[in-house]
Amino acid sequence: MQGGHDLGGKQGLGPIDPEPESEEPVFHSEWERRIFGITLAAGMLGQWNIDQSRFARERQHPADYLRNSYYENWYEGVCKLLLENGLISETELLNGTVSEPVVSELRVPSREDVEKILNSGGPTQMELESPPKFQPGDQVRVNRNYTNGHTRAPAYVQGCIGEIAMHHGGHVFPDANVKGQLQGEHLYAVRFSSKNLWGYGNDNSEVTIDLWEPYLAKA
Amino acid sequence: MSHDHDHTEPPSDIALRVKALESLLIEKGLVDPAALDEIIDNYEHRVGPRNGAHVVAKAWVDQDFKQRLLEDATGAVASLGYSGRQGEHLQVVENTPGLHNLVVCTLCSCYPWTVLGLPPAWYKSAPYRSRAVSEPRAVLEEFGTQLPQDVTIRVWDSTSEMRYLVLPIRPTGTEDWTEEQLQKLVTRNSMIGVELARVPGELESQPQGNN
Repeated sequence: MQGGHDLGGKQGLGPIDPEPESEEPVFHSEWERRIFGITLAAGMLGQWNIDQSRFARERQHPADYLRNSYYENWYEGVCKLLLENGLISETELLNGTVSEPVVSELRVPSREDVEKILNSGGPTQMELESPPKFQPGDQVRVNRNYTNGHTRAPAYVQGCIGEIAMHHGGHVFPDANVKGQLQGEHLYAVRFSSKNLWGYGNDNSEVTIDLWEPYLAKA
Repeated sequence: MSHDHDHTEPPSDIALRVKALESLLIEKGLVDPAALDEIIDNYEHRVGPRNGAHVVAKAWVDQDFKQRLLEDATGAVASLGYSGRQGEHLQVVENTPGLHNLVVCTLCSCYPWTVLGLPPAWYKSAPYRSRAVSEPRAVLEEFGTQLPQDVTIRVWDSTSEMRYLVLPIRPTGTEDWTEEQLQKLVTRNSMIGVELARVPGELESQPQGNN
């Protein structure tokens, strides 16, 4: 969906105003620290995947998404996932106390489990039987995809022509993964001149973006 | 969660709401408080851009390592002991005199945690995410980075689980420097691509603070 999160090329959002690198803390307040930990710990219950987690943050009113700070969006996302998966109720979230017992038999990771889980990560590469449809150097057009679902084809490249720069192999396809369907598709780095994307080309720049085969057609 | 809940439902403050959520999850047995602390401690104190600086400085002094890094970054970086979440599929992109690389995630905040730690606030902000792809030269200038017009700027938008790390150009005047000395020149921002690596003269005048 082209929600508040789909920000590439949007205008009027102001200067970046970066904090100096030597002065910036990892977290800017205690609640940021806690919601970061809560989100990862809740994710380790294995009830949702990374695309479902992203989609939970994306499914907000765009005004809310943009007004919220980064970790406020994490709070919104993890609450949605906990509610939708029946792990907590609205009443419990409102009151902050348990009113319904946990029904599922979940494996809750311990301190010892955490290191193992973080170190092993979650590789998304998959062996595919079908050969890649495109080769480096091929011209491709990104399909228009005005979906209500989760997709990793940003609005700013849809309909544009680019060139296959790299084949990354088969990877989990986010548009299916968000529905809980494990499906692998060929993944490519596709290169666009800034002229093709924005209509001007005198600043000598280009954008390379990872796109899955179903997003692409031969140009 | 309707979007007007914070106007109608107590508690309204985000700090209180997060605290309430944490208490609830612990009371329900869905989160082990020791595991929660372990996760936070790992990303606040153990994983950070010094890992990436180690990778870059090694690539500057060791041609074989650099070659492996460019061909199979995930494997080369793992050989230094850095692997895991948000670093499962790494790609290192090399700056040259004619090409400058810049990394962004326009859709969320994808970032190579294993080598850089958690991203800075500006990397996750709407201004950076919106503008890095459409006006990279202006974005670089906001970081005080000015490149000649004939240098191509190549922006990498991290839409997949591939994670990109920039290999900056080794500063001149460092030919006899050791790997350990070189690490001090490698900033977090230079590995995202918004800045160049520090030059030797900058070391005395600026405090070290890439942790």
